[in-house]
Amino acid sequence: MNRPSHTCPILLNPPRRSFVGALAAAAAVPAAAQFRFEITGIGGTQIPVAVAAFRDEEKAPVSVASIVRADLQRSGLFRIVDAPGSYDETTRVAMADWRGRGADALAVGSVTRLADGRFDVRFKLWDLVRGEELLGKSNAALPADMRLAAHRVSDTIYQNLTGERGVFSTRIAFVTRAPGRYQLHVTDADGEGGQIALTSPDPIISPAWSPDGKDLAYVSFESQKAVVWVQNVGSGQRRMVANFRGTNSAPAWHPNGRELAVALSREGLTQIYMIARDGGAPRRLTNSPSIDTEPAFAPDGSQIYFVSDRGGGPQIYRMPAAGGSAERVTFSGGYNISPTISPDGKLMAFVSRQGGAYRLMSQPLPNGAPTPISDSDGDESPSFAPNGRLLVYTNRSQGRDVLMTTTIDGRIKSRLLTTGADMREPAWGPFGR
Amino acid sequence: MFNYRTGLSAAVCTLALLFAGCSSTKLDEEAPVESRNPATAAGTGAGTGGATGSGTSQSGVATVDLNKSGAGDANAAAMAQRTIYFDFDSFIVKDEYRPLLEAHAKALNANRSKRMMLEGHTDELGGREYNLALGQKRAEAVLKSLVLLGVMETQLEAVSFGEERPVSSATDEASRAKNRRVELKDK
Repeated sequence: MNRPSHTCPILLNPPRRSFVGALAAAAAVPAAAQFRFEITGIGGTQIPVAVAAFRDEEKAPVSVASIVRADLQRSGLFRIVDAPGSYDETTRVAMADWRGRGADALAVGSVTRLADGRFDVRFKLWDLVRGEELLGKSNAALPADMRLAAHRVSDTIYQNLTGERGVFSTRIAFVTRAPGRYQLHVTDADGEGGQIALTSPDPIISPAWSPDGKDLAYVSFESQKAVVWVQNVGSGQRRMVANFRGTNSAPAWHPNGRELAVALSREGLTQIYMIARDGGAPRRLTNSPSIDTEPAFAPDGSQIYFVSDRGGGPQIYRMPAAGGSAERVTFSGGYNISPTISPDGKLMAFVSRQGGAYRLMSQPLPNGAPTPISDSDGDESPSFAPNGRLLVYTNRSQGRDVLMTTTIDGRIKSRLLTTGADMREPAWGPFGR
Repeated sequence: MFNYRTGLSAAVCTLALLFAGCSSTKLDEEAPVESRNPATAAGTGAGTGGATGSGTSQSGVATVDLNKSGAGDANAAAMAQRTIYFDFDSFIVKDEYRPLLEAHAKALNANRSKRMMLEGHTDELGGREYNLALGQKRAEAVLKSLVLLGVMETQLEAVSFGEERPVSSATDEASRAKNRRVELKDK
């Protein structure tokens, strides 16, 4: 559980630079990358919660309490109540005082440096309404994993107060583009703690996490055409999975983690195939005289949603995962793309062109009506958080590509603030790492 | 042996059917040429200007204009053109690109070991993956056109960069039109 979570940077074609120079360039991660809030509507009920500064947290590389507060607030389900004063997990909590400040729950804790260099993060969660201790926890973490340790505190609080799993300790992959350089990043779900998995002079698109969160599939143009790769995030080892004649793209992991659906043009038009995660002979799933691309699995693996222009413009269809007859899913508007299915299989998010605007939408499955989640006009590539409560997506209406998160009702959004580079193609990783 | 002339004219007929608006296209008409490259215009102009036949006129003077590269050689001029532009949301190879395709087909037919990449591109509107497939469809349309002109399919590979390699990053329609293209590249 407490393994270090390093990702290994890979540099493509750095021949004219010294190795040290290339590493220095790769280390130029967007400095202060962090999701900031843009609350665009009032959420439903928000639980008022106080998170006191953890005792001695200033001795650790990060402020645990600040990370926890920001996590809880971004989820949209909590309102943060001020918590002045010094407390830790041993403090006798004066319930009435805290209730007087309007808090329903209180987290207190401490950070202690251990002899082996790790930090012991301890905390307690109090239910102030019922006047009882909900839980006490202790978790030792390497200095490099302190952000992860803080996010795990957030996850524990979230789960205890909402009954659902938190996603704060999950990760997000995305691509940045600066002039002449594309980078595949892996960051914490709050946009911080970024590390680079791949640096290339050529475009990278469509990253997709394996169900176990250990591998990333993506499309790289490093060989001057689109090829699907799978890369182990921890070791940096990578291999070509689909490198056929024409274009190889749109990787989507089967929930079994052993195969991927991909879009290949090896027989002419782009069609959907299944291929083993180690490559090999692809099996054709669609057989249409049109474009079929952007496969997305239903979480139980029974069906594949995909985009096809068989009816004229691009629309979303679904078919059995083994192939077979397809059924149209989107009917409103002439351009509906990029389907992604919530982890419970009950909701589809996608992008729809409305007038000249490309807008993030949601649609209950199997046959509900589409609802806009955003009112902006340059939305792209949505990806569900593993608990299905949030989506991450790209917005490029401001002349630059930025990453956004939103609650699935669209009420609370946050923007990943960065310095400079375009950020795009986000993929939210699974639980666990 | 492949009879180039018969083969080519047959292929041109088939090709004409493939083109958009082919019903209104007469094969004996001069194909409209793209205005951005003056070389082709110079080439066809030289043919009609004067010394076409032997002995029809003794006072005809053919003009050679060195300001226009490839003057007097329509084929070389067409060969120099390597980009085919597309209308919005369209995969149709317009008739005006017939000279370009014929010139490249001729070179590929003359040398069967010659290989070409056909790179499809789109403008930035819409999704990256869908645009990748759109660019591929454009590149495949050009590939089919060349195959109909006698080129072996094994000499060609159609690939796509979708919206990832725009010529222009501006978002006005003129810039977008330049991005909707297939580039013919020697391999």
